[in-house]
Parts: sequence; C-alpha cells; structure tokens
Amino acid sequence: MRELISSISMVIGGLFNLFGCIGLVRLPDVYNRLQASTKCVTLGTCFILIGVIISGPISASLKSFLCIIFILITAPTSAHALSRASIKAGISLWEKSVVNKMEEEKK
Amino acid sequence: MKKGILIFLLFIAWIFLTWPFGKEIDWQILISGIFISIFVGSIFGELFTENPHNFFGFKRYLWAILYLPYWFWYCILANLDVAYRVLHPNLPIRPGIVKVKTNLKSKSGLTALANSITLTPGTMTVEIEPENGYLYIHWIYVKTDDIEKASELIVRRFEKILERIFE
Repeated sequence: MRELISSISMVIGGLFNLFGCIGLVRLPDVYNRLQASTKCVTLGTCFILIGVIISGPISASLKSFLCIIFILITAPTSAHALSRASIKAGISLWEKSVVNKMEEEKK
Repeated sequence: MKKGILIFLLFIAWIFLTWPFGKEIDWQILISGIFISIFVGSIFGELFTENPHNFFGFKRYLWAILYLPYWFWYCILANLDVAYRVLHPNLPIRPGIVKVKTNLKSKSGLTALANSITLTPGTMTVEIEPENGYLYIHWIYVKTDDIEKASELIVRRFEKILERIFE
C-alpha cells in the first residue's frame, strides 16, 4: 500500500515537471517562462520528495522533508531574482502584453 | 538573541541530516554540529530576522499551521492552471505587469507574501517597494489593471493570515 501511494505521488510529480518543461518551450517571453517553470517544477519536485517520505526509511524521510522546506523557500526567491534582473537589464515584455505598470511609472 | 535562535535552528537542521536511526549515537558528529552551528550562527545571525520576539508567540505557529493547507490548495490550483494554459492549442495568455498594494510592513512578512504570490495561480512577484508597500506583479492573464481591484484579487487572500503570523 505504501509503495502504491508513493509511486502515485512520484508519477504526479513527474507529470507536473513535464508540464513545466512544456511551458518553458511553448510560452513566449522570459517572464511567462519563469512562471510556468517555477510553479510546476517546485510542486512537482515536492511531490516526488513526498513519495520518498512515504516509502523510504526514516533517515531518508527526514532529509527529504528538509529538502521540501528549502525548495519552497528558495525556488520562488530565485524566480523573483531572475525576473527582477531581467527587468533591470531592460528585457521587454512579449509584444502582445496588455499592461506594464513599471514602464508607465518610469515615464 | 537573534544569533541564539539561528544557532538553534541550524542545530535542528544538522540533527535532521545526520541522526543515525537504529544505530548508536555518534558523539563526534553531534559535537562538530554544535561547533559548526555556533560558527555559522554568529556570522550570519545579524542578517537573520528583524524582531526575534516573534518566535515566542505561540498563536503565530497555530496560524502558520492553518496557513499551510490553505496555501497548498492554491499551489495545486496554480499548477493545474499552468497545465491548462500550456497544453491548450491556442495558448490562452494575456500577460502584463500590474501594481498592487499590501499592508504588510515587516521584511519576513513581505518575503512570505511574495513567495506565496509566486507560487499561486498566474502571478509572479517582479519587484517590491517596501517603503510604500507596493508590489509589481507579472500576471499571466490580466483581469484588471486597477491597483485596488488587483490587490483585492491577488493579495487579500493571503494577507489576512500572514498579518497574524509575521506582524
């Protein structure tokens, strides 16, 4: 039973990672790509680690738990750093973007 | 005080990483862990947190435990949302950067809010202005560019709980 639950959780995690990668290829600009990859890869990796927590020995479980906490803290922060750096470097949004408050305020 | 809390947390992390289950306790590893936590904690303790007294509020931990499932639900919604947009043949996106206002003041509160926003449906924090409490947010499907309405849609659902945890 434990094996089954952990396998299901790992498959879900792998699927989310796959969606993130498809998004990385299909979406048009840096910011949209960051959105897709950050969200999907964070939760996908968390699901894989939850699978490890359920099935593995207790020492591996504790380590995966720590990994989940650190991923949840660092992944959004690094996405924020990357997007902020691209704004500062002057990379413009996709041409069909609707609104850009940062540009408007600079003028 | 800040240093003490950081040293304590680091030592807990060390125990998580090295505790030998089912075997004898290795004192060498534990003692080296104490020294490493004290060393790292005394270097980075000043950067750690603004008001260390918040660590002793018992209610904050209860609110944090309440916040987790709430947040996890939005996280799963966000992933399904991304999956839908990515797999749809027409790519239904309408991206843009909007500005929202928040009432949170403390640095840790703002960080938690920004991270929560990044992991929830269609939004990602691009820039923070902590002086006035403004956040610039990249929205994958812009519904409104008005500051008040956007704040209502993006920020309010987390702000009320985060206020009780971090402020």
